[in-house]
Amino acid sequence: MNLLEVKHLKKHYATHKAVDDVSFDIQQGSIFGLLGPNGAGKTTLLRMITGIFYPDEGQILFNGKKFDPENDVRHIGYMPEERGLYKKMMVGEQTLYLAQLKGVPKKEAVEKIKYWFDKFDINTWYNKRIDELSKGMQQKVQFISTILHQPKLLILDEPFSGLDPINANLIKQEIFHLSQQGTTIIFSTHRMEQVEEICDHILLINKGHKILDGSVKQIQQDFKQGLFKIGLGTMPNPAQMATYHFTIVQSHDKAFTVKMNEDSTTNDILLHFIRQDIPVTYFEEILPSINEVFITQVQQTENSRNNVAAAPLT
Amino acid sequence: MEKIWLIIKREFITRVRKKSFLVTTLLVPLAFAAMIIVPILLATSSSEHKLIAVVDNSQLFENKFPDSKGVYFKYLHQQNIDSLKQHYEELGYEGVLYIPEFDINRPSGFEFYSSGQASVTMESSINSDINSIIEKKRMELQGIDQAKLDGIRSDVEVTFKNGKEGKKGSSWVAYGVGYASGFIIYFILLLFGTSVMRGVMEEKVSRIAEVMISSVKPFQLMMGKIIGIAAVGLLQFLIWGVLITAIYSLIPLFVSPESMQAAAQGSQAMSQSEQAEVVKRITEVVGSIQWSLLLPCFVLYFLGGYLFYSSLYAAIGSLANEDAADIQQLTIPVTVPIIIGIMIMMKAVHDPGSSLAVWGSIIPFTSPMVMMARLPYGVPGTVPYWQLGLSFVCLIGGFMTTTWAAGRIYRTGILMYGKKITLKEAMKWIVRKP
Repeated sequence: MNLLEVKHLKKHYATHKAVDDVSFDIQQGSIFGLLGPNGAGKTTLLRMITGIFYPDEGQILFNGKKFDPENDVRHIGYMPEERGLYKKMMVGEQTLYLAQLKGVPKKEAVEKIKYWFDKFDINTWYNKRIDELSKGMQQKVQFISTILHQPKLLILDEPFSGLDPINANLIKQEIFHLSQQGTTIIFSTHRMEQVEEICDHILLINKGHKILDGSVKQIQQDFKQGLFKIGLGTMPNPAQMATYHFTIVQSHDKAFTVKMNEDSTTNDILLHFIRQDIPVTYFEEILPSINEVFITQVQQTENSRNNVAAAPLT
Repeated sequence: MEKIWLIIKREFITRVRKKSFLVTTLLVPLAFAAMIIVPILLATSSSEHKLIAVVDNSQLFENKFPDSKGVYFKYLHQQNIDSLKQHYEELGYEGVLYIPEFDINRPSGFEFYSSGQASVTMESSINSDINSIIEKKRMELQGIDQAKLDGIRSDVEVTFKNGKEGKKGSSWVAYGVGYASGFIIYFILLLFGTSVMRGVMEEKVSRIAEVMISSVKPFQLMMGKIIGIAAVGLLQFLIWGVLITAIYSLIPLFVSPESMQAAAQGSQAMSQSEQAEVVKRITEVVGSIQWSLLLPCFVLYFLGGYLFYSSLYAAIGSLANEDAADIQQLTIPVTVPIIIGIMIMMKAVHDPGSSLAVWGSIIPFTSPMVMMARLPYGVPGTVPYWQLGLSFVCLIGGFMTTTWAAGRIYRTGILMYGKKITLKEAMKWIVRKP
């Protein structure tokens, strides 16, 4: 079931199109990565999903119904990239206030705060002022206040920026945990290594346009280039490497990265070495990293657009 | 509705809990009390004995100087003035007044010796005492009867009445009340306006704004702050009112009745009947002010003016960036009309019927200040009902317009980071779609 369906969303500013005809669906309980370079329109897109901005055109369906910011925001937890807390407020009061604004009754909110503060081991901070905490500590408080009202949709914009590895890991585990419990998570970033690790699905946008979307595994399959790494027991001489089935991309110590010929199979490659009695120690497919896909795709759209722009008008 | 209530509550509680709130709330009435008590205490303390030696060679002034305000005169005979000049302090005198023998038609040669400069009051009272004694002596010599002269002197005062019922009024009281209330409104607009602006800036600079906006509408956030701060202000006024009344009624406990009386006598020696007359005048004059109209109008103009300007200040605050200097510039278009308002108010309080005053009290940019300056002069005498009505309608329309426009600037500005925003740009946001 789709928790969120975005259809032909458009948002134009005076000078440029921030989001131009973007559509995608997000399955309930999945972790959805929203990727794009700076200025791609991620924040604008998220602000429309959180009801901060109204789209110029298009539709958002939340839980199968037309998105109603007034009521649906209580089911959304949003940690924007530009985040912060009231510096002079106590940690406890601050989280209580934000939970109450999301419609959680006071008594329930207090219980939940206790639960999460115990879990993150920050109970002693309750009566500390926010500006007495370090930046990493503030991030923890911020994260708790974002999830306190048990949102169905949790939107995290660069959640790990400014966190040390230990706290980043703590938050990451919590994201997985929430996802298992059925929370749908949108994870916006331009840090690709996190995407592969965390996300099920991704949407790549650039300059307001959707470039591609799909599951991480599928995208890696779609963009693989037939690259394999093969480890060998002995180093063969160049004559032994000549074959129709692959070309050498890179040679390592007792290993080669090879590109398979389009009408060959992996067995053809293996047979090539076995026939010559060269022992194969390992053989693995090299899948493109999302980072590579991202860079090539962004560059491609840029080039194609530049070409269009450069083409003479006839 | 529940959300805006939560926001109001937070704005209210965080401000009321601050130490600065406690300090100003307590200090202002104390300062007020000090303003009353200190002069009384001073007047009392100065009533210590000051003994002045009088060497009167003319024999005209013997026992004629009135002892008052703690100054007593001792008349010395056959004293060598030169030796007294040297030793008067050892003898316990504050100063020496030397009166030579003189020609009654050309009096001269009067001298006063003291260790330091004699005080202004001492100087003038001794001068006037000497003059009046000499005048009396001259009248005697001319054969003018004192009683006759008193019969000739005139002391008429015109009673100024206004309105058809001929109510007795006083332009001085109207002036004072108008001036004071105009000024209070001016301070409220500036102080509370900047307070709202700083609150908005804090939210934007600390980056809490977007977190908040994902839970509540920008307009709710803005209005919550404005209403919360207004509530803090009203509470402060209320506490001041109560404390000032309490302190005022407690003053007799701090200051003994004798010293009160001494102070009263010191400032103005009055007989019982004179005092009663003054009290009657004061009650009459205070009664001439239409309090039942003025107080509600004050509250309405306070609220209307506050809503009008604080929303503009909120909009300005939403344009802030880390650079505080930019904000100084951006506030100018909002602060200048308030200052123009106080300037028109100062004119209007002198001449409440002038066309500048009339229009200033109708245009909502200045009306809260200017109208408050005119109202004490009387409704409908000085301010016809239509002017008051029109002023209200304009003010209500005005603050609805400013809050609407400010809300539109605010919701865009509060999320705009990094670049410097010009006022021209912000004006475009008013008409743009969200």
